[in-house]
Amino acid sequence: MDRVARDRLKWKCRRGLLELDLVLERYLGDNPEDAELSALLDLPDNDLWDIVSGRSERYDARFAGIVARLRAS
Amino acid sequence: MSSSLPVRRFDAIVVGAGGSGMRAALELARANLKVAVLTKVFPTRSHTVAAQGGIAAPLANSTEDNWHWHMYDTVKGSDYLGDQDAIEYMCRRANEVVIELEHMGMPFDRLENGKIYQRPFGGHTQDYGSAKMAMRACAVADRTGHAMLHTLYQQNVRANTQFFVEWMALDLIRDPQDGAVIGVTALEMETGEVALFQGKATLFATGGAGRIYAASTNAFVNTGDGLGMAARAGIPLQDMEFYQFHPTGVYGAGVLITEGVRGEGGYLLNKDGERFMERYAPNAKDLASRDVVSRAMTTEIKEGRGCGPEADHVMLKLDHLGPEVINQRLPGIREIAIKFANADPIREPIPVVPTVHYQMGGIPANYMGQVVVPEAASQEAIVQAFYAAGECSCVSVHGANRLGTNSLLDLLVFGKSSGEQMIKDIRALPRPQRNLPKGAGDASRARLARLDSASAGERVAEVGADLRKAMQAHCGVFRFPDELVKGVEKIKEIAARAQRTHIQDKSKVFNTARIEALELDNLVESAMSTVVSAQARKESRGAQARADFPERDDANWLKHTLWYKEGNRLAYKPVHLKPLTVETFEPKVRTY
Repeated sequence: MDRVARDRLKWKCRRGLLELDLVLERYLGDNPEDAELSALLDLPDNDLWDIVSGRSERYDARFAGIVARLRAS
Repeated sequence: MSSSLPVRRFDAIVVGAGGSGMRAALELARANLKVAVLTKVFPTRSHTVAAQGGIAAPLANSTEDNWHWHMYDTVKGSDYLGDQDAIEYMCRRANEVVIELEHMGMPFDRLENGKIYQRPFGGHTQDYGSAKMAMRACAVADRTGHAMLHTLYQQNVRANTQFFVEWMALDLIRDPQDGAVIGVTALEMETGEVALFQGKATLFATGGAGRIYAASTNAFVNTGDGLGMAARAGIPLQDMEFYQFHPTGVYGAGVLITEGVRGEGGYLLNKDGERFMERYAPNAKDLASRDVVSRAMTTEIKEGRGCGPEADHVMLKLDHLGPEVINQRLPGIREIAIKFANADPIREPIPVVPTVHYQMGGIPANYMGQVVVPEAASQEAIVQAFYAAGECSCVSVHGANRLGTNSLLDLLVFGKSSGEQMIKDIRALPRPQRNLPKGAGDASRARLARLDSASAGERVAEVGADLRKAMQAHCGVFRFPDELVKGVEKIKEIAARAQRTHIQDKSKVFNTARIEALELDNLVESAMSTVVSAQARKESRGAQARADFPERDDANWLKHTLWYKEGNRLAYKPVHLKPLTVETFEPKVRTY
């Protein structure tokens, strides 16, 4: 992943909810190049937070890996 | 600076795509005007999405209610600093804007009879402050802001509003002849290029600057961009000393722990394990109002009874409630505590600290969204073609303290009224667009050129962190005279360091380091206006709690603060005590 792709991903992690800003900032710090994260970031903030915090299991199976990594971070 | 910037021309420019920006844009686009909305992030990721409580409107669907009761609650809540004409205006238009939103498809919670369900909320009463609560908050479960943003975005797409996503507005352009606003410069993140957006009317709807504090519930985007741009262009900022604090933000993170936790029986402890609220509020204890609890927590910390190695927070205990109550009646709280405090509240207390939540001050505007500044004999001369709405504005309906659910109402009413006024003003213009003044955009280019040429200097992240720390330490919940004086000096030093920032990578294409450096300039103006205004106001009113002046002082301080960047100076102007059609609510002691 080049610098531009990393920055693009970083900016996609700027969210409307502080909860997500914090979780994503922490995750990106350790994994600045996780391309799988990008598609997940298209979800609306509240849905994404419910998934990341473990309150919801309703998400596309293709996200299973990245959701598990985010929850563990 | 010889070559000129590319110019894009529109009827109206809206900066910010949260609730107020999108409500205004919708009004403009539906009038067949050409509207550009500039936004740093995708519209539905604006911070409005975080609003949970609801939208206040006296629909009287569940309890008796009317706009005059709502007006009384808002005036009292503001600790009498709110402008009563603007408050009357907002409360009288509340039902209309909520019903409009319903017709746009907002999926409000409903009563069995099909009407919008309304819930009670702190500070909203029946019959002018009686013990009976008014059920006034219209909500979409706990995600009202989310539903509102999505509804407004879809309506705007349908009305052909043009969105410029991942564009950051940099500076306001004014005509040096008469001060009229001509538009803004903006940076396209994708290319790193700057363009000039020219409009016959320009609205700022850029949100608050809650990120000037280390402990903030605000999302990272809330860097006070509109405040910075206005201040640099010579517009004063009003009542910036007033920030609302929420008592229970997670220590070190800021994430909110809802008041519901204390409602269910959770309580606060100091380092000695003492339930200290019993000393400050013997009856209400941990359920006293937000400002009372926040002040008590701060006093405990200040007097050395804080918890942790830095003795800088207190503990919220709820393990005695048992896992069933915690899991069933407080959904999401356990997840937040584990994720952000590394504490499972079923077994251990959550470290919490009073946390900045909402900015009551902002760009001075009247209830039609027109930005107003003192000029010659007038305290409130209209700045031509410039408007502000939402948290970045100070209309002032919230005065010294905002009531819950009045913020979403503010976005809708003043988003709409700004749009209406802009349409009127655009249609009345004698000529289509002004000629661009010589050197338009030079200020922005100079800011970028400085960053691009600096080969060494301060690190943006460090200066930002020091700014937040200084504001937290010297201009927090409870304001001490010596701390405020130190705070002003520290922010001055930090402002000087912000002039010497340096970024490693100078490349233009999608360079977030460059964006963050530009945001820092806006944080600096926001912080400076806040600490200077707070230091000067020698009374306690609403969110401003001075240790040395614990009482409200209407004789000397029933007035709005105006802070000017130039000379770092202050001026004051009277509060509008006269409503539009009804009698004034005279200032009284505020008790609940």
